Amino acid sequence: MRKIIFLIYICIFIFNWGKAWSLIEVDITRGNLNPLPLAVSPLSVDKNSKEKFKDLLKLEDIGVEISKVVENNLRQSGLFNPLDPKAFLQKPDIAHVKPRFEDWALIKAQALITGEVKIVDEKLRVEFRLWDVLAGKEIMALAFTTVSENWRRVGHIITDKVYQRLTGEKGYFDTRIIYVAEEGLKTSRIKKLAIMDQDGFNTKYLTLGNELVLTPRFNPTNQMVTYLSYFKNLPRVYLLDIETGLQEVVGDFPGMTFAPRFSPDGKKIIMSFAKDGNSDIYTMDLESREVEKITNHPSIDTSPSYSPDGKYICFNSDRSGYQQIYVMRSDGSKVKRISFGNGLYGTPVWSPRGDLIAFTKLHKGKFYIGVMRTDGTGERLLTENYYQEAPSWSPNGRVLIFYRETKSDSAGKGFSAKLWSIDLTGYNERMVKTETDASDPSWSSLLTD
Amino acid sequence: MSLNKIFRNTLLVFFASILLSACAVKTTGKMQGDVYTGKDTVEYLASGVPDRVFFATNETVLTTASRETLRKQASWLRKNSKINVVLEGHADERGTREYNLALGERRANAAKDYLMTYGISGNRISVISYGKERPVDSGSNPLAWSKNRRSVTVKAN
Repeated sequence: MRKIIFLIYICIFIFNWGKAWSLIEVDITRGNLNPLPLAVSPLSVDKNSKEKFKDLLKLEDIGVEISKVVENNLRQSGLFNPLDPKAFLQKPDIAHVKPRFEDWALIKAQALITGEVKIVDEKLRVEFRLWDVLAGKEIMALAFTTVSENWRRVGHIITDKVYQRLTGEKGYFDTRIIYVAEEGLKTSRIKKLAIMDQDGFNTKYLTLGNELVLTPRFNPTNQMVTYLSYFKNLPRVYLLDIETGLQEVVGDFPGMTFAPRFSPDGKKIIMSFAKDGNSDIYTMDLESREVEKITNHPSIDTSPSYSPDGKYICFNSDRSGYQQIYVMRSDGSKVKRISFGNGLYGTPVWSPRGDLIAFTKLHKGKFYIGVMRTDGTGERLLTENYYQEAPSWSPNGRVLIFYRETKSDSAGKGFSAKLWSIDLTGYNERMVKTETDASDPSWSSLLTD
Repeated sequence: MSLNKIFRNTLLVFFASILLSACAVKTTGKMQGDVYTGKDTVEYLASGVPDRVFFATNETVLTTASRETLRKQASWLRKNSKINVVLEGHADERGTREYNLALGERRANAAKDYLMTYGISGNRISVISYGKERPVDSGSNPLAWSKNRRSVTVKAN
């Protein structure tokens, strides 16, 4: 009996303690109807550091710039409403040491982010604090040092920390997107591999556009990319090391290989191999080079994607007569159809949380991005459009990025391809800024965890 | 045959014809059903030998017209035994990219199989799929899509 009472006491204590620390809470399960108002104060920079960063980075005020990165991230998430800095009453340096909570409450900020930037041994040192304005206290403080060129990443890491503290879930801001940059006429489109930060900055092109490239996907450590290239007019799956730029063909297949993805441990590539009008799914072990045939069916089997534990594979097959989504064990056994709604289903991708599969659906001339449970129940369509496909999950499984194409007239005018993102709830649909037209996005995992 | 039976048969034929006309494929200008039947994008390997065949949405079945085109190609290939060909399979833009790559491959192979049944060696034919990557008509309308669902026979040498 005494034991039971003791247990209850502990529970209450933890409950109260938890509550005391989470006066501000952001409910991420219901979308963005009431984004949390907060203030991102410009980070304060001393005069000396400011001048040095001005030389190094050609930025007028690095403190302001980093806070803009944070502010933009928070706004894009749809869960937060960063207030206009013009309304801020307190100076950045004082706010960081001792915020006057009444001033911040006055402009309706519920949380406040402050910080300080310094140059230390030619490096960037950033300290930031998150304050609960209503409770009048600090709820998080962190500092990190990095090379100064990484200043945008500092903004992303701050956002990840704030997001995690306020929502209880990991962020997705210190991440990159790999995609296909598109230019030129629809009939002779030029396509290049491109990589950028999640917020559209720091775009780099990884191929020159001499050959058609499609469907790039990251490995779990974000150092390698697998994609389809028409190099020498032979469509094959390739592996690219982002740092060294080295590329190689995956396997020695006497025909087209396509639709590649990494296994969750990064050791295998799973893909389709088409021969004599039949596409089946294969894996290749990157170390032993061993090739294994996973499906064996006269239908089209493609778009394979592993479950995060590596035990299952979802894929696209037309064995029923039309494109549908199937799940099987990773050895190819126990194949089971899971999509049964009206229309055609394609591009299944397993959520990083393991509980959902995102897909593209074509029904009555419209394209949808949707999600369903891994047994096919609970189908939810998030967005409808003229053409859109190929969802990719943010590493925390809260957001999907995909691409959307617009209609063109008979001369091809009006055509565009752009990246879009949408929250799992179906709210917060946004175009993702890219330098050129873009398609086939793939989200990296968190660069720093 | 009793009068009754004749009457019944007539009725049957009558209903069958109604049913047939309802099922009959709609022909509108350059399409039959949704298979392209026009000549807009067609090029010729030789006089009277069209270079391409067209498919219905999501289909890889060769139509009567396609088979006729391929028989002409086969006879031209028999006469020009030094020429090899590449069959380029394509899909329209109304499908997911990866599935369309497979579909284009299957279409080109449907054409290849037919050429082979008419005596052309498989060694002379290679196949490549472009999925939806290389449309010939950039429009976003059913006629444009019908032109893009195709397998094109191209000289390889």
